[in-house]
Amino acid sequence: MARMKFLCDADRCIECNACVTACKNEHEVPWGINRRRVVTINDGKPGERSISMACMHCTDAPCAAVCPVDCFYTTADGVVLHSKDLCIGCGYCFYACPFGAPQYPRLGNFGSRGKMDKCTYCAGGPEADNTPAEYAKYGSNRLAEGKLPACAEMCSTKALLAGDGDIIAQIYAERVSTRGYGSGAWGWRTAYKDMVAG
Amino acid sequence: MNRFTLKLRALLAAFVICLGAATLGAPNALAQSAPPAAPAAAHEEVLFRYLQTQGSGNLVGRVTIPDQKAATLIQPRGREFQDIWRGPMKWIAAASIIGMIVLVGIFYAVKGPIRTTSGYAGRLIQRFRSIDVFAHWLTAGSFVLLAITGLNITFGRYLLLPLIGPEAFTAWSEAAKVAHNFLGFPFTLGVLLMFVLFLKDNIFDKTDLRWFAQGGGMIGHAHPPARKFNGGQKIVYWATVFGGGALAVTGFVLMFPFQIVTSIDGMQLTAQLHGIIAFLMIALIIGHIYLGSIGMEGAFSAMWSGKVDLNWAKEHHPLWVEEMMNPTRKDSSLPTGAKGAGAD
Repeated sequence: MARMKFLCDADRCIECNACVTACKNEHEVPWGINRRRVVTINDGKPGERSISMACMHCTDAPCAAVCPVDCFYTTADGVVLHSKDLCIGCGYCFYACPFGAPQYPRLGNFGSRGKMDKCTYCAGGPEADNTPAEYAKYGSNRLAEGKLPACAEMCSTKALLAGDGDIIAQIYAERVSTRGYGSGAWGWRTAYKDMVAG
Repeated sequence: MNRFTLKLRALLAAFVICLGAATLGAPNALAQSAPPAAPAAAHEEVLFRYLQTQGSGNLVGRVTIPDQKAATLIQPRGREFQDIWRGPMKWIAAASIIGMIVLVGIFYAVKGPIRTTSGYAGRLIQRFRSIDVFAHWLTAGSFVLLAITGLNITFGRYLLLPLIGPEAFTAWSEAAKVAHNFLGFPFTLGVLLMFVLFLKDNIFDKTDLRWFAQGGGMIGHAHPPARKFNGGQKIVYWATVFGGGALAVTGFVLMFPFQIVTSIDGMQLTAQLHGIIAFLMIALIIGHIYLGSIGMEGAFSAMWSGKVDLNWAKEHHPLWVEEMMNPTRKDSSLPTGAKGAGAD
C-alpha cells in the first residue's frame, strides 16, 4: 500500500492559490473554512518562499492522539480522516495540529464550534464512497475514483506534489539534484518524524 | 547494468544533497537565490533549526485569507502538546487522583472515622449561616459535575468509550461539554462567594503553626486547638480560592478560544494548565469530601444544617467555641439569635 503524503516544492510555488481554489471548488467548502492555504514566508524580502499547506496526514497524528472522542482514523493509504458524526467540536485538535489544519464552522465558540472540517486528501470520510451523504460532510472522494487530490493535480507549476511518499520524495530529490538547490520538504520533519526528505 | 548503477548513483547523490542540505545544499541554494544578508530565509531545515531556538518556535508567514491563525505555517509545538497530553497529563491525573483515593483508603482502614471522644453533648452550636451553606454547595455541586465532565475529556475515551460505543459516547460527551461550559458560571460565583464569606476566618496565624506541627492531629491522637478553621481547612480554602480561581480564568479563556488569549502557544498552555490544576484540585477535594463525611463523625452537619454538636466543636475547634461563647468579644462570630452559654 502507498503511504500518501503532500510535498510542496517551495522553489516552484508561485502563490497563485489555484490549489486553494481547486480545493474549495472540488468539495464546495463553505466560506470561512480553508482546508488548504498558501503561506508566504519572508514576504517581500530576499529569500521569499510560498508554501501551500493543508493537513499533512501525519504519522502518529497529533489530532488523533488528543481527540477526546477518538473520532480520527488512518486509512490503509496513510490518510488521516475523521468522523463528523462523532466529532464534538471541542477544538483540541487545533491545539495539537502542527499545521493549523482543523477548521471550525463557527468562530464564536460558546457552546460549540460545530463539527471540525479539514483536508481529507480528497478521500472522503467513513461513509460509503462517493455517496451524497459522504459528499455533504467531507466533499468528493477522488481517491476512491483512482485520482489524486485536486489541489496537486491542479498545480500549474507542479510545486505541490501528492502521492506515495517515497515516489514524491524521489521526484523532489531529482529536481533538487537537477537544478542544484532546494529549500526542503516543508513540514515533513514535523509530520513524518523519521522520514526526512529534502 | 552500467547505466543502472549510474542512475542509482545519481539518485543517491540527489538524496545526499537533500539530506545534507543544511550543510551542503543550502549555502549553494542561498548563494544562488538570495543574498547572504538573509541567511535563514529560504531553507526549511535551516529555518526549522533557527526557530527551535527562537521564541515560540512557530513558522509564521503571510496569508491572503482573513483567518490570520492560518498564517502560522508550522507550529512544531503541536507535537509537544500531543506528547504532554498523552503522557504527563494522564500520569499527573492518575497519580494525584488515584493516589489520594488510596491515601484516604489507607487512612480509613488504619484509623477509621475520627470520633468525638467525649460523645455528643446533644446541644448544637451554629457553625455556618445559610448563605455559607449555599455558597459551599453551589461550588461543590458544580465542581463535582465539572470534574466528571472534565475527566471525561481526558479519560472517557479510554474508560467509557469501549463500554458504551462511539455513538453513545459522542452524545454523552457533547452534552457533557455543553454542561461543562455552562457550569463554569455557578462554579465561579461559588468560589467568589466563598472567598468573601470565609476570608476573615482563613488568615493563617500562630495556632495554625501548632496545628501543622502536630500533623493536624491526624497522626496520633493529639487534638491541636484550632479556631473556626484549622490549618488544613485553611489550605483547602486557599486552594479553592487560587486553584478554583485559576480554573475559572483558564476555563473562560478556553471557552472563548483565540479571543482572550490570541496565540496558539497561549491556548496550548491554558489547556494544559486547566487540566493539571483540575487534577490536583480533584485530588484535594476527594480528601476534603472524605473528612467532611465518613472520615469524621459529626462534621457533615456543619455544612448541611449549619449546626454542629457542641462537644464536636470543643474537640476540633476549641478556640472558636471560646470565641462563640464569649459574646463580649468584638470579633465573635456569634450568629444572630444564638443563645449564650447555659441559656437553655
